[in-house]
Amino acid sequence: MKLNELPRILPPWAETLRQRLFATPLDALATLVCLYIIWRISVPLIEWLLIDATWDGTTREDCRSSGACWVFIRARFGQFMYGQYPLAERWRVDLLGLLIVGAAVALSWRGLPRRKEASILALIVLPPLGVWLLYGGWGLKLVETREWGGLMLTLFLAIYAGLIAVPLGILLALGRRSRLPLIRFASVVFIEFWRGVPIITVIFLASLLLPLIMPTGFNVDRLARAVIGLAFVIAAYMAEAVRGGLQALPDGQAEASQALGLGYWRTMRLIVLPQALRISLPAMTNEFIALFKNTTLVLIVSIFDLLGIAQAALADPAWVGMNMEAYVFAGAIYWFSCFGLSQWSRLKEKRLQTAYGR
Amino acid sequence: MIGFLRDRKVRDYFWQGLATIGLLAVVWFFVQNASENMQKAGMATGFQFLWRDSGIEVPFNLTGYKPSDTILALLWTGIVNTILVSVVSIAVATVIGFSVGLLRLSRNWLLSSLAGFYIEFVRNIPLLFFVLFWYFGVLAALPTPRESMGLFDVVFLNRRGLSIPTPNDLAGFRIAIVATLVLIAVQFGLSRWARARQARTGRDFPLWAVGFVLCGALPLAAFVAAGFTTSWDVPTLRGFNYRGGFVLVPEFVALFAALSTYTAGFIAEVVRGGIQSVRQGQLDAGRALGLSPGRVVRLVVIPQAMPVIIPPITSQYLNLIKNSSFGAAIAYPDIVSVFMGSALVATGQAVEIIAITLAIYLTLSLFVSLLMNWYNARHKLVTR
Amino acid sequence: MRVFASAVSAAFFVVASSAGAQQLAPSPTLDAIKARGHIECGVHLGLPGFSFANDKGEWTGLDVDYCKSLAAAVLGDATKVKFTPTSVQQRWAVLQSGQVDLLSRNTTITFSRNATLGVNFQGINFYEGQTFVVRTKAKVAAVKDLADATICVAAGSTEEKMAADWFRERNLKVTIINFQKNDDAISAYDQGRCDAYTAGIGALAGQRIKFKNPEEHQILSEIISNDPQGPVTRWGDERWQLIVRWVLNGTIAAEALGVTSKNVDEMKAKSANSEVRRLLGVEGKFGEMMGISNDWMFNAIKQVGNYGESYERTVGMGSPLKLPRGANQLWTKGGLLFTPPFQ
Repeated sequence: MKLNELPRILPPWAETLRQRLFATPLDALATLVCLYIIWRISVPLIEWLLIDATWDGTTREDCRSSGACWVFIRARFGQFMYGQYPLAERWRVDLLGLLIVGAAVALSWRGLPRRKEASILALIVLPPLGVWLLYGGWGLKLVETREWGGLMLTLFLAIYAGLIAVPLGILLALGRRSRLPLIRFASVVFIEFWRGVPIITVIFLASLLLPLIMPTGFNVDRLARAVIGLAFVIAAYMAEAVRGGLQALPDGQAEASQALGLGYWRTMRLIVLPQALRISLPAMTNEFIALFKNTTLVLIVSIFDLLGIAQAALADPAWVGMNMEAYVFAGAIYWFSCFGLSQWSRLKEKRLQTAYGR
Repeated sequence: MIGFLRDRKVRDYFWQGLATIGLLAVVWFFVQNASENMQKAGMATGFQFLWRDSGIEVPFNLTGYKPSDTILALLWTGIVNTILVSVVSIAVATVIGFSVGLLRLSRNWLLSSLAGFYIEFVRNIPLLFFVLFWYFGVLAALPTPRESMGLFDVVFLNRRGLSIPTPNDLAGFRIAIVATLVLIAVQFGLSRWARARQARTGRDFPLWAVGFVLCGALPLAAFVAAGFTTSWDVPTLRGFNYRGGFVLVPEFVALFAALSTYTAGFIAEVVRGGIQSVRQGQLDAGRALGLSPGRVVRLVVIPQAMPVIIPPITSQYLNLIKNSSFGAAIAYPDIVSVFMGSALVATGQAVEIIAITLAIYLTLSLFVSLLMNWYNARHKLVTR
Repeated sequence: MRVFASAVSAAFFVVASSAGAQQLAPSPTLDAIKARGHIECGVHLGLPGFSFANDKGEWTGLDVDYCKSLAAAVLGDATKVKFTPTSVQQRWAVLQSGQVDLLSRNTTITFSRNATLGVNFQGINFYEGQTFVVRTKAKVAAVKDLADATICVAAGSTEEKMAADWFRERNLKVTIINFQKNDDAISAYDQGRCDAYTAGIGALAGQRIKFKNPEEHQILSEIISNDPQGPVTRWGDERWQLIVRWVLNGTIAAEALGVTSKNVDEMKAKSANSEVRRLLGVEGKFGEMMGISNDWMFNAIKQVGNYGESYERTVGMGSPLKLPRGANQLWTKGGLLFTPPFQ
């Protein structure tokens, strides 16, 4: 009886709290256990991360407290971001980053005049412009890919592999649903092959075998090899994501368009793909996040991405024992990037659902 | 002529023929270059190296492999290790994943946000971080061999792993295993009989209690009895390390922990999605029929969620198997580590070794896909 | 106009060279190096004293110095060399597929590598000997005290096999854990996964500074193997192999003949020793015979120094490693380093 009267004397916020956290004795117990766990984990973590940490200084000797030594990250920050990219040329990386961000912001603004044309233009112009800015030549100082590293390399790998993977994946998805049995067969074999093998072996394959199957004297840059390897794998996954979108689309759409006299490619380009891609966008984003995380594996072929640079920095005798700092810093970058991407995709998904009136 | 070209069949054949010729040409081009380049480089080719002595030590193997065995035996050890860590991790990842997925849907706000935090934390960081974290974290947390944690002086835990005794004679255990299998078969028969009887007469049968005795207590007794009849190889501290018995190496533990907790985050999302796909009306109807909440979950929610859950969970299982190759980063002797690592360096036959490795992973993936498809077909909902 | 002029001069050069000099065997590797303007040298991922890149990406070390000498000899400029860090696993494929012109990365010369990998070893620039590093408090005096120990090692290295064989031959049991990279094996040892880490004594001297507390570890003085190491090339292209071999010999000969980076100008101008004169290109046109400048060793010694200078600077007393010369002393001073005569 008392229990029934209790809610009335509680203020509304406390009532919500009770329902959310202490609805039953078991719930209350679970809540208390959770609170205890959170307490035990977060207190030492925050102490290490912030309270006891050393922020100022230049060498390892400056870190005397029991907390994290962020001095290490500060001293190595340039390398974590750019690898061995020459100091004098780093503005090029920054410029490219600004261009990409600027383009993304401008293009996501719905009021932009001629938005579609601008998007296509950006997609055509930016990738080669990026390669030129980073690699150099034609008036810019040449910066070989072996000097690239850190976060910029990770982003480069992910973005360029993604740029290859998306169109290839769409073609493969169409191929897998093609009327022609041989094309279908070839697509299925390609997709299932790359989906069936670990990325480690693919990167190995790309870095060891690609030079071997090319004609003599034809050298593919080792970064390009990694990009190709990653792109093939992700294309296979993208293809499956797109196929999901294609399957979700009623057959009537394609049939109606064919009835209007549109050919295969125009049907796909104008009717089927715009709808299917919108449906499969969340799945494709997930695949892109997976790609982004898997770029870490290039470090096994001595390409120094963010994690590789972190490990290389750890091998520096002047900074022995900074493992936690390096991994926490690199991990946080990955986490925020991936989390941001997945939130963005969720937002899109929601918008899509409202657009479809569900 | 134009009418001929407009014929759909002709065009189909034309495009397919063109694609085939193109593909074959590309493949031929690569193969040609490869064989030319390899010949020029004076590299050994062929698969004879598989029968050469390996000379490579594998500290953790269940196959009885010795360094004096062939590279083929080494490969087999790697395969067994890959399968072992995958199977164990899949089992545990499924359990954790289902629990976290259910907790995510809990009414308790704190529980569900903790589960959500776990999922978001795990899904957005590369697996390599977790593998390294568990390995070096576990190593740092464990004591040195001299300060080992012991249990009854037969089981020891330290930085070299978990040393457990092994029986010297397996005869008793073989009998126990056979007995267990028989008991499981009996339980299976009983459950069919009990279900049939319940359908006929409506009378319940205490299946769980009987099952506990038949499949739990009796086999346990059999194994304990077998354990007492044989002598044991008990680990003892000799010099630096515990010798004798079986050592569960930290590499295995770290890889297993990383794989299962990481994949669990993905499975949890799948489970949440699957359960949420069951319409609220179904639950209400179940409750209206007077089923207890547990039974609503077991009889109404799970059977309807399963078909939604199984396909994505299959791809998570496949991912886990492929991700077990991350063991190479911490010296867990899986296929990639012993074969694509040690054996490749010893023989230098990159082409053959990578081809074999790819073939093995493809076979494993195919096998799991078939298994899960079979399971899915069996558990498909019969709708009208 | 300029194009025309250069075409004419190129044609003139071709005619003149084919008429004047002896016909040289074709060397695609050398041609490629001259065309691209630098040597591609495969080095270790990071081994202080041998090949190590600092935080500015500048490479130093004994193996690195050799590549610099080669660049000075072939292209006249020691800076015209680019380094590709390679892991234990990658190294052969990187060399075989032509991504590098040579490997100079602490690689032991063995029969089976020579016989099956399609690679040739062009001499010895470092006599390495395998030993173990252990924790001082473990009280290990000799290698046999490591019975029942756990040993961390880089997978696929000669050390892995050597250690396994050594203990097996003596009926001692050890557990060997194979890591894919040296640095992984080192940090696992440092974390207490293993009782010992094994590598060459020279490599260990450099790697020791990677431990959290270097003073808690001790390198055993007992050596269980001999691991001669030196530059590696692909099969084929004998003229390139010739250059790689004789640049190495030249740096050793320079030390034996007392030619250093400081006195090389004086030696070239004044020395009456005919071997010195041939080495420095005053007599004999040795460079031309290989298709490179006669100043080849002069440039190498002037810009990088002789073997002894390089040794002291990178791994010897002038370096943090402080390795004594030992076997890497000249044959005239009780060591094993030897060079055939420049005649």
